[in-house]
Amino acid sequence: MMVNCMGNQENILGDLALPEKYTDPLNIDNCDISTLLSHLRTMLLIRRVEEIIGDGVEKGEIVCPAHLGIGQEAVAVGVSQYLMSDDRVFGAHRSHSHYLALGGSVYRLLAEILGKYDGCSHGMGGSMHLHDPEHGLMGTVPIVAGTVPLAVGAALAAKKDNKSAIAVAYFGDGAAEEGVIHESLNLSAVWDLPILFVCENNLFSSHLHISQRQPLDLVGRFAQAHNITVKTVDGNDVVSVMRASKSLIEDARNNSRPGFLEAVTYRWRGHVGHREDEDVGVNRSKDLLKWKERDPIRRLLTALINNNAISQSEFSNMTDDVENIVSSAWADAGKASYPPVSVLMDYVYAESCK
Amino acid sequence: MTKINYGSAIREGFDYLLKNYPEVFVIGQGLWAKWYVGNSMTDLDKIYGLDRVMDSPVSELACTGAAVGASLCGYKPIIVHPRMDFMLYAMDSIVNQAAKWSHMVGGQAHPSVTIRGIINRGGEQGAQHSQALHSWFAHIPGLRVVMPATPQDARDLLIASVLCDDPVLYIDDRDLYDWEDSLDKPIETPLEKLGPTILKSGNDITVVSAGASTRLCLQAADELEKNGISTEIIDLRVLNPLDCSLVLESVSKTKSLLAVDGGWRTCGMAGEVLASVFEGMDVSDLKSSPKRITLPDAPAPTSGPLEDVYFTKVKDIIETINSIVGK
Repeated sequence: MMVNCMGNQENILGDLALPEKYTDPLNIDNCDISTLLSHLRTMLLIRRVEEIIGDGVEKGEIVCPAHLGIGQEAVAVGVSQYLMSDDRVFGAHRSHSHYLALGGSVYRLLAEILGKYDGCSHGMGGSMHLHDPEHGLMGTVPIVAGTVPLAVGAALAAKKDNKSAIAVAYFGDGAAEEGVIHESLNLSAVWDLPILFVCENNLFSSHLHISQRQPLDLVGRFAQAHNITVKTVDGNDVVSVMRASKSLIEDARNNSRPGFLEAVTYRWRGHVGHREDEDVGVNRSKDLLKWKERDPIRRLLTALINNNAISQSEFSNMTDDVENIVSSAWADAGKASYPPVSVLMDYVYAESCK
Repeated sequence: MTKINYGSAIREGFDYLLKNYPEVFVIGQGLWAKWYVGNSMTDLDKIYGLDRVMDSPVSELACTGAAVGASLCGYKPIIVHPRMDFMLYAMDSIVNQAAKWSHMVGGQAHPSVTIRGIINRGGEQGAQHSQALHSWFAHIPGLRVVMPATPQDARDLLIASVLCDDPVLYIDDRDLYDWEDSLDKPIETPLEKLGPTILKSGNDITVVSAGASTRLCLQAADELEKNGISTEIIDLRVLNPLDCSLVLESVSKTKSLLAVDGGWRTCGMAGEVLASVFEGMDVSDLKSSPKRITLPDAPAPTSGPLEDVYFTKVKDIIETINSIVGK
């Protein structure tokens, strides 16, 4: 480990937190192949978009803080498979994957990050404030755990609507150290709300390893304490994420019960920005090399190739297709206009937005 | 016309909203109990059901956040904080989330949530059971802040707040609950169209205040009238966004200004009112320097004699106005 101060943490996650484990191709027995091919493509798209964002940060073309989730693509893709357009999803600072997995426009995401009027938040939010309700994304914010109680309220609204919509709250392991997580879990359990809490446990909150922050590494224990069903999975295995999400989402949708998915994963870049080698004072390069062996994309791709579900040339075409979409969206976003100065005041209150 | 008091007027506002707007619901601590919110919500849970008038766990932050979240999904929730002091746990949901949401998402969504914060001071309750923090919140762009002083406004500003598409902090004051008045029928007025109002016209001095301070100013004005001093009382009502044009107009006439605020002095509402006059008109025209009465910059004490000194009284206002007008 790169971490000097390990504290007295008990490792409950076991192999899930050990990068040497879970590096084999995924077990895709009994899976629908076309779904997995679609997931492969979405994960490639997310990764390529984030790589382009990283390049933009490095070149100074992107100024706003960009928190990349490269390496974590399988979580949002697996969860989103079971979401409907009237579900209400809330994210955090590292939410490009949540937006894209729901089907959000690449162009509008990149335009947003560049502060352009065509952006999903009209250029007023940047990378950390994504808004795409047409695809179910209500909003993302960088205040840690800030949207979690909002998702609880969205679930309360869904329950009042009585139309079987659910809410989803994405957050990280660091958010579990905020008191509002406890309050939110409690409310959702005591009010029987249709909500899925998704903790992307990537073992780091900016610069500190979870062992320096919590006595146990299993974040799902907070949900267990509130009598909420917890499933803890390898977050770099889209099939595992899908299976766990399916049952938790069905329970939320059909029985109006909260569920908690803990997906153990790892981000390849720093807390913020493009750098892999060092970020916010932490060098994780030795561990990162191991975690790259648990690449969610490569493990799915190898399994699909082994099952003759895709050939190398078909995969190459898929990669080219994704590349074309992303690079043309990036070029278009660069040419798009900035918001008019008038919106600086107009967007403060609803009346002047009309 | 029968008179009702301020607390009952709030209740009428809730009743009107719950009756006419199915998307309205209320969350807060103590809503099923009798004493948390005085007479301002009596039996609403029995009339409208426990799922529309929801008593809650002791979680100010998550409950406020939940109200914000529900407001983004087609509802018009009201989150009730029986004491403003405890509401401070909910600062993130109010200040970071609700107030900024519209701006952050490019004007495409608006949290139409009403946050009711009750001021409940006096009675030796001390530093954490007495705060009037309206000035803090009035500092935040995107958060409308209203502070009804009269029974009529207690009801009608609640209705306007809840029907407004923006997040609104509605601050009522337990000191006002026994104020009785005759009310007209409720008329829905968009909150954007409401602002400061003149409660009493006069010529010698403009007195600006909000909430419970306004009642003290009106009482002072009655006494001063007997001595031939004519005060013009402006009740701010809407503290954010603040429109001081009526204040400027009035001060242009009276050439004297006193701001009376139930909050602290430094960076407070009274200072903001004074600043609007210094910026907005030629102060060399004034007969005397604008003045303010506020709480001393200290937490509220519990000891009775100290409390007596701490909170502003009608006689303080009378003395200050006498010294300004010099009659």
